Amino acid sequence: MAEEIPKSDTAEEWSRPEPPATGAADTPLLRIDAVVKKFGVFRAVDRLSLDIRAGEFFALLGPSGCGKTTLLRMLAGFETPDQGRILVDGKNIAQVPPHQRPVNMMFQNYALFPHLTVWDNIAFGLKRAGMNRTGIDRRVTALVALLKLQGMEKRKPDQLSGGQKQRVALARSLARQPRVLLLDEPLAALDKKLRESTQLELMELQRRLGMTFIIVTHDQEEAMTMADRIGVMDAGRLEQVATPRELYEAPTSRWVAEFVGDVNMFEGQVGAREANRLSVSTRDAGTIIVAEPRQPVTKTTVSVAIRPEKVKLSRRGPASDAVNAQAINRLEGVVTDVSYLGGLTTYKVKLDTGAVLRSSMANTARLDRDAYHASQRVVAWFTPDDCVVLEQ
Amino acid sequence: MSGRRIFSRPARLAAVAPYLWMALFFLVPFGFVLKISLSQTAIAQPPYLPVFDLTQGWTAIKATLAALSLDNFRLLISDNLYVVSYLRSLVVAMVSTSILLVIGYPIAYGMARLPRKWQSIAMMLVIVPFWTSFLIRIYAWINILQHDGLLNKILLALHLVSAPLVWLSTDSAMYLGIVYSYLPFMILPLYATLAKMDPALLEAAGDLGASPRRAFWLVTFPLSLPGVGAGILLCFIPIVGEFVIPDLLAGSNSLMIGQTLWLEFFTNKDWPVASAAAVVLLVLLVAPMLFYDRLQRRQLEGGR
Repeated sequence: MAEEIPKSDTAEEWSRPEPPATGAADTPLLRIDAVVKKFGVFRAVDRLSLDIRAGEFFALLGPSGCGKTTLLRMLAGFETPDQGRILVDGKNIAQVPPHQRPVNMMFQNYALFPHLTVWDNIAFGLKRAGMNRTGIDRRVTALVALLKLQGMEKRKPDQLSGGQKQRVALARSLARQPRVLLLDEPLAALDKKLRESTQLELMELQRRLGMTFIIVTHDQEEAMTMADRIGVMDAGRLEQVATPRELYEAPTSRWVAEFVGDVNMFEGQVGAREANRLSVSTRDAGTIIVAEPRQPVTKTTVSVAIRPEKVKLSRRGPASDAVNAQAINRLEGVVTDVSYLGGLTTYKVKLDTGAVLRSSMANTARLDRDAYHASQRVVAWFTPDDCVVLEQ
Repeated sequence: MSGRRIFSRPARLAAVAPYLWMALFFLVPFGFVLKISLSQTAIAQPPYLPVFDLTQGWTAIKATLAALSLDNFRLLISDNLYVVSYLRSLVVAMVSTSILLVIGYPIAYGMARLPRKWQSIAMMLVIVPFWTSFLIRIYAWINILQHDGLLNKILLALHLVSAPLVWLSTDSAMYLGIVYSYLPFMILPLYATLAKMDPALLEAAGDLGASPRRAFWLVTFPLSLPGVGAGILLCFIPIVGEFVIPDLLAGSNSLMIGQTLWLEFFTNKDWPVASAAAVVLLVLLVAPMLFYDRLQRRQLEGGR
């Protein structure tokens, strides 16, 4: 077994790890190269390629059945790719069995060994690596402290709360100091409040350890909060790999725009273009003037995506001239639905064309006598820069 | 805990029913056996003395009680025949149970790893022999094992032996019969514990550096121990008292306690000694059960 357990065993060293061992910063720690996994005729993962840098917090996001868990399981070694390579530090591990891989996984339902104590659960991987007793003692002690599990060492998993189990599972998967830590829906079993605080703890931990985390989640808010980069998966393929902000503000496909957050989508024909502006004539929202995307538009039929919070409402149209200059796209309609959500309120506006446009606005004032109400006639407007043109 | 009264009155009555059953069909008959074991044989009807006669009043009952003695138990200890029978029963039960565990565990393990729809079919195959009477199945074995039986015919046809071997009336035949008959009782509890084990535990063990073989010994086996215990108990106890299989398949030169008991009861018509033998057998078997019970309780409490 090619096992390398560095000598950093004290709690001190746990919090200040040595920088990633890989030499050049541009060589990816993990390279997934044209990986295919078939179950029968179903392609769970379909020629997927992805590079992940050392120290990155990467999220695989997608609906259930999109192949994200299969991909993670191939990284852990529980599934073997039918084609393609998985390189860690340049070494292909696609066919290496799980117990010989330099990666560890935190399981969705934790998979703690019910017959072992918290201590023995955490020490399990270290014993398999042939670490000596004092080394194990120091490492486990450090992990117990790191994850605030003091006093629980002698307990069995049955005697722990959900949050404690989650921390034991995390400690156990960190114990071998893996090159990559895989986390399969690590927060799915926690309640909402605990999930939010744990998200922050996990980010903090990842930053302190400088370890590479790959997390699988179906919860986009979770992915957005924690990850440096997100890979959105659908039907075994990566639809887009981007930072959370890019993903939300500059989705590259209709599917991604609709999957991540809410969106208004209008299909139309590309018309005239002048001075960085492109006009798209749609059936549902008339002619929309959009900012010309960096990549030149090649198709004649495109979709225009506008996030609801970019759509402003007003009674008569923008009040000031300054705003007026920006409010190039104006649509008239009637408010049909008002949902007050606390921090913001969402409106549904039935346009005169019959289409429905969604708008959400922050409730910046406690008393809002001018709030819109159902059946009120309004002008909805947005700027060309707020529109995203999507060709697919 | 708040709210101790979680059971309604009918539910509590239902809980009493099994105890009633136990009292009526186990404790009361056991009381009779215990009493007979303390009596003396007699050429009478019933064949022992004294006999309780509730019509004769309190003094007669007291006299009866005074006449009871431990003589039969002393006989059991002093006569080699009984001690040897007990020992043989325990040895046969231990050997058979070990063979059953070694054969049953891989079968149960394989069953638990089958795809879901195959598991129920495998389960059927294990249970199907029960549809034929136990006795008939043992007689079928006699047929197979006898001098010109199927086994010898096959061995001769394959030229593995030159003359028919003696199978019947040997210990091998008895062990074969016992293992064959009790295998489902070993497989089913083992299968039940193995099938409900979370496969993610094995993946976790592999992920943490355990080879499949180590993962089995470090995770699967310890977690299947309750099933192992149940299987051992379910086989060991009835095998100790087994009568039919050794009587039909084993030789007659050494007896298991069930056979000795039968001889005392039916041939010698010595009910008191037979009863004493039964009482001792029960005591011998209660000990491992209590031990297992405590083991399981400790496991439930999560250990400390």
